[in-house]
Amino acid sequence: MKGQSLKIYVVLYLVFLYAPIVLLPLFAFNSGTVIAFPLQGFTFGWFIEVFTTKALVEATRNSVFIAVSVAVLSTCLGLFAARAATRYDFPAKGGVVGFVMLPLVLPEIIVAVSLLVVLIQAGLSTGIWSVIAGHVLICTPFSIAILQGSFANMDKSLEEAAVDLGETPLSTFRLVTLPLVAPGIIASLLICFTISLDEFIIAFFLSGNEPTLPVYVWGLLRFPARVPVIMALGTLLVALSIILLITAEYFRRRGLRRTGKRDVGGFL
Amino acid sequence: MTKQEPIIRLENVHKYYGDYHALRGITAEIGQGEFFSLLGPSGCGKTTLLRAIAGFEDISSGAIMLGGKNMEGVAPNHRPTNMVFQSYAIFPHLNVEHNVAFGLRKSGMSAADKTCAVGQALEMVGLGGYGARAAHALSGGQRQRVALARALILKPKVLLLDEPLSALDKKMREVMQVELIKLQREVGITFILVTHDQEEALVMSDRIAVMFEGEIAQLDDPERLYRRPVSRRVGEFIGMMNFLEGSLEHSGGFSVDIAGLGRAEIAPEQVVGSGATGAVSIGLRPETLSILFDDDPKSARTAEGMVDEVVYYGDMTYYDLRLDGAARHVRISMRNVVGRPVLEVGARARVSWDPRAFTVFT
Repeated sequence: MKGQSLKIYVVLYLVFLYAPIVLLPLFAFNSGTVIAFPLQGFTFGWFIEVFTTKALVEATRNSVFIAVSVAVLSTCLGLFAARAATRYDFPAKGGVVGFVMLPLVLPEIIVAVSLLVVLIQAGLSTGIWSVIAGHVLICTPFSIAILQGSFANMDKSLEEAAVDLGETPLSTFRLVTLPLVAPGIIASLLICFTISLDEFIIAFFLSGNEPTLPVYVWGLLRFPARVPVIMALGTLLVALSIILLITAEYFRRRGLRRTGKRDVGGFL
Repeated sequence: MTKQEPIIRLENVHKYYGDYHALRGITAEIGQGEFFSLLGPSGCGKTTLLRAIAGFEDISSGAIMLGGKNMEGVAPNHRPTNMVFQSYAIFPHLNVEHNVAFGLRKSGMSAADKTCAVGQALEMVGLGGYGARAAHALSGGQRQRVALARALILKPKVLLLDEPLSALDKKMREVMQVELIKLQREVGITFILVTHDQEEALVMSDRIAVMFEGEIAQLDDPERLYRRPVSRRVGEFIGMMNFLEGSLEHSGGFSVDIAGLGRAEIAPEQVVGSGATGAVSIGLRPETLSILFDDDPKSARTAEGMVDEVVYYGDMTYYDLRLDGAARHVRISMRNVVGRPVLEVGARARVSWDPRAFTVFT
């Protein structure tokens, strides 16, 4: 009896989570311009429009460029910060790490407005680079959190052993540290990429006349006739996310197999 | 033969962690080809000292001389030492062969020479043919052997071993103890072993430095360390030692009056510490007393007591015997011999003793 009600709960929960996402492809392939049942006919038209709308392609290119830059920058910063936080003791370590992690809980709107004020005061223009800066600020804490776990799981004497065997600190980092925290680095890259790609508030304030995809989509909503295009775009993004997730999980499992560790957690 | 220059000279080494005084004036010389152990309870500074020799810890004052050169400011990767870590630190992303070859990267050896050297090193530690094995597919004992091969392939002047056997089970530990001794004789490299296991230190070492609270309490060969500890604390730490109350007198020669045993003359070298007469404690090892059975030849010095506790070990039996007139019992170890009964708790027993085995702590 108890098991039965739990099963119903799980089903309801999954419907709640995924029903809106299932609607995306449904209307993306629907030839009607109004997002409502009953469905009209089947069409690829909206998808073609996604790729032929110049502004949309432009916004996508901006977003991808920003997301890739943010993923790389945040992960680099996170790598150094996480290593420092797990390997070294320095004065006011707790405070310093706390301040670095603070953007994790700061309301984004506050971060966005403050950054805008600073940029205007400094007389700088907004654009892709300022969005990158803003996103790095909010993504770095995620990267640190992920990589701290990787470093904490890594035996400290492995790095010492490499130095003891004649390697410099730099070559030790390359030969031992990097390969061993690689799963964490990949996870951090993916998370930062995803956060940056769909971040709206900071991008809205700081993108100037170089809109990112979310900012462009928000602009589209004012034109009801264009909504099916958003559906098509959404479908593509969901497909892309699933592919990314599967890839990440594949690499994670391969990494586990190689080091012979037992599988705990993971996405799938 | 002229005395060889020691491979390591520690000169008044001090180490502070903030206010904490971890090493307090360590001075010692370690010879070429010696198997040297740093023995002490956890927190005594033995690992700190080993890591200072390897270069992982800076020392606050004093000097560490390695092969006649002061190691101050020399990074671990430039020191002629290699280390076997407590966790073995086998690189999990590399297989056995690449682990062992790791240190050869900058040697300028050709690939063929490297393969040959790795093969020899693995052969030496009994892992011939394991080169392609993944690091995670190794047992504890095999990991240890890989760590040894990886360190020895560089032919260091000194091999540092940080509690290398503590992660192994008892049987494997005993096997590895013997193998390490053999290996050390074979390669002739100075080994410095850190351990908290006194038995391990006694079995393996040429000389042992017993450390308490950042100081060397005694530096001696195993036999002297066991037979003539310089303090009660060393005596308690190394093996089992009984302590009896007594008083020391000095008139012409030393003599002690021991509660439960009686009076005996002792040699001056048996008296350690300040040498002050009066109340002292007398240390004696469990095997220096022996319980007399009816068929034993008459003994000059005997005492009587009652068996408080019997611990049977198969080859040995330990008796806790309360000597008549003594405040505490003494532990006596007796080899179990065919035809000799194991005494029961509450039985009366007569023991023979020899004052030459005593150490008097003043």
